[in-house]
Amino acid sequence: MDKNIVVPGDFLSDDVKKAGDGTYVSEGKVYSNLYGLTSEKEKIRVVSLSGKYIPHDGDLVVATVSEITFSNWIMDIKSPYEGLLNVSEYPRRIDSSDMVKYMDVGSSVLVMVKNVSRSMKVELTMRNNKLRPITSGRIIQVSAVKVPRMIGRNGSMISMLKKETNCNIFVGQNGVIWVTGKDRDMDKAIEAIQIIENEAHIDGLTDRISGFLKGNVEKEQETVKPAGSEILDELLD
Amino acid sequence: MTDKPEKFIDENGIRSDNRRANEIRDVKIEVGVLSRADGSCYLEFGKNKVMAAVYGPREVHPRHQQKSNRAIVRYKYNMASFSVEDRKRPGPDRRSIEVSKVSREALEDQIFTEYFPKSAIDIFVEVLQADAGTRTAAINAASVALADAGIPMRSLVSACAVGKVDDTLVLDLNKDEDNYGQADMPIAMTPDGKITLLQMDGHLTEEEFKQGLEMAQEGCRQIYEMQRKALIDYYSKETEVTAAGDVKENAQEKPEGVTPVEVIEDTEKIDDTNKTGDAKETEGTVENVYPEETGDTVKSGDADELEDSGVEVPHIGENADETDGQMDESEEESSNE
Repeated sequence: MDKNIVVPGDFLSDDVKKAGDGTYVSEGKVYSNLYGLTSEKEKIRVVSLSGKYIPHDGDLVVATVSEITFSNWIMDIKSPYEGLLNVSEYPRRIDSSDMVKYMDVGSSVLVMVKNVSRSMKVELTMRNNKLRPITSGRIIQVSAVKVPRMIGRNGSMISMLKKETNCNIFVGQNGVIWVTGKDRDMDKAIEAIQIIENEAHIDGLTDRISGFLKGNVEKEQETVKPAGSEILDELLD
Repeated sequence: MTDKPEKFIDENGIRSDNRRANEIRDVKIEVGVLSRADGSCYLEFGKNKVMAAVYGPREVHPRHQQKSNRAIVRYKYNMASFSVEDRKRPGPDRRSIEVSKVSREALEDQIFTEYFPKSAIDIFVEVLQADAGTRTAAINAASVALADAGIPMRSLVSACAVGKVDDTLVLDLNKDEDNYGQADMPIAMTPDGKITLLQMDGHLTEEEFKQGLEMAQEGCRQIYEMQRKALIDYYSKETEVTAAGDVKENAQEKPEGVTPVEVIEDTEKIDDTNKTGDAKETEGTVENVYPEETGDTVKSGDADELEDSGVEVPHIGENADETDGQMDESEEESSNE
């Protein structure tokens, strides 16, 4: 599989049928419309190196309540478009006057994109037993274009991260990552996530991360733990 | 301000800054220079120094400006008060409003605005030092910044001026040539030759116009190659730096991205279905959620590289550790109850 860096307007192919994501067709030829990397299977795709999250039906995202109206929670989904969660989409029937009690401004929630209209009205839903407000752990934001790398092929990266750090990690399609676990484990998981974000485009990522996670375990036993317990002692005093 | 020179071109055909008639000035392009912008570019074009920042697509404010079928493009060209010899009065004036308008139009048609209805793409170009040809420099920088921001475009846009001094056509006028020359014609175009901006100040005959256009085309082609190279080098450089184990800088910047979750006080109420929280359940959730194939196979790197980049990564700053620790402790306590 050969990868090339292309800029917008670069010629990719004479075969219109090969036009995939990140390309456009002009006068029977395929060109790139993004600055990114090409990948060629049946179709030629260009994978962007940066860009905003654009919601699609069925995406699972981590959202934050930014406003409450009469019957909708308005959610920040880290996108140019805000998400709307209607009271009726909450798992249980609740009165619209009680909305604040369940989720106030600032609450983080795991939600699914139910529908995105042509005019980019984004309707969210929580009617699925996976979806619920987030009450523990930490949230970190990475670029939405790095999400595939966070998960890895068939979830290889994310399952390794979870196994090695003993954390539960949920990666929202919008690049918001929810980590739960012990403090020190979360620190490590977040560090690993940041390495993935910074080095997402470099080959050998999974190996490096696994090296990092395993190497860090040894290190921790020698040095990091005493240092951490000192801080704990100070805090307890 | 210098006075008008007696001659712009000497008997050997060399201009005041040692260029030939068909040569452009030195160009230096840096990509991704602003960390808070979605895309950015710093560009030097001879003595011109400009900085471009792109934000978006993002929400449109004020709301009434939004278009339901496409993104709007806003372009702000601004000259810093210290960019010229005599202090420029700050703020938008007739000239910079006009330059903003024509530059926006030079880029807007190349952007796939229909991909992002109801949003705005904001481009800001700040001229830090001016030496004739700032609008072309600004367009060149803005075009690179747009690509860096991951905005889909038909192609990059390159711009270059052509003018007439001492009855001779010259490419890419410098300050004196611009101030005292006979004509100045900035042109912006795509690599396939579509002209997206053409202005003219002064007089050219039809023949000179045609010839000037060809010269500008050649100038734009050279600039396009440099823009393209800057983008490709930026990517390659990033790859090399990090692969060599120099992750430290990147990792240290990061702690600010981490936010502890706010605890919802009414947990019990929400949880009466008993669905929140415990570890095993979440794990199941996450795996169900992402069965799909994502990204390409990651090939294994060699072991040395691994050790270098993997192990040496420093921890997040101590302060951050402390605060996080505190908050999470209180959280754990509350959840244990």
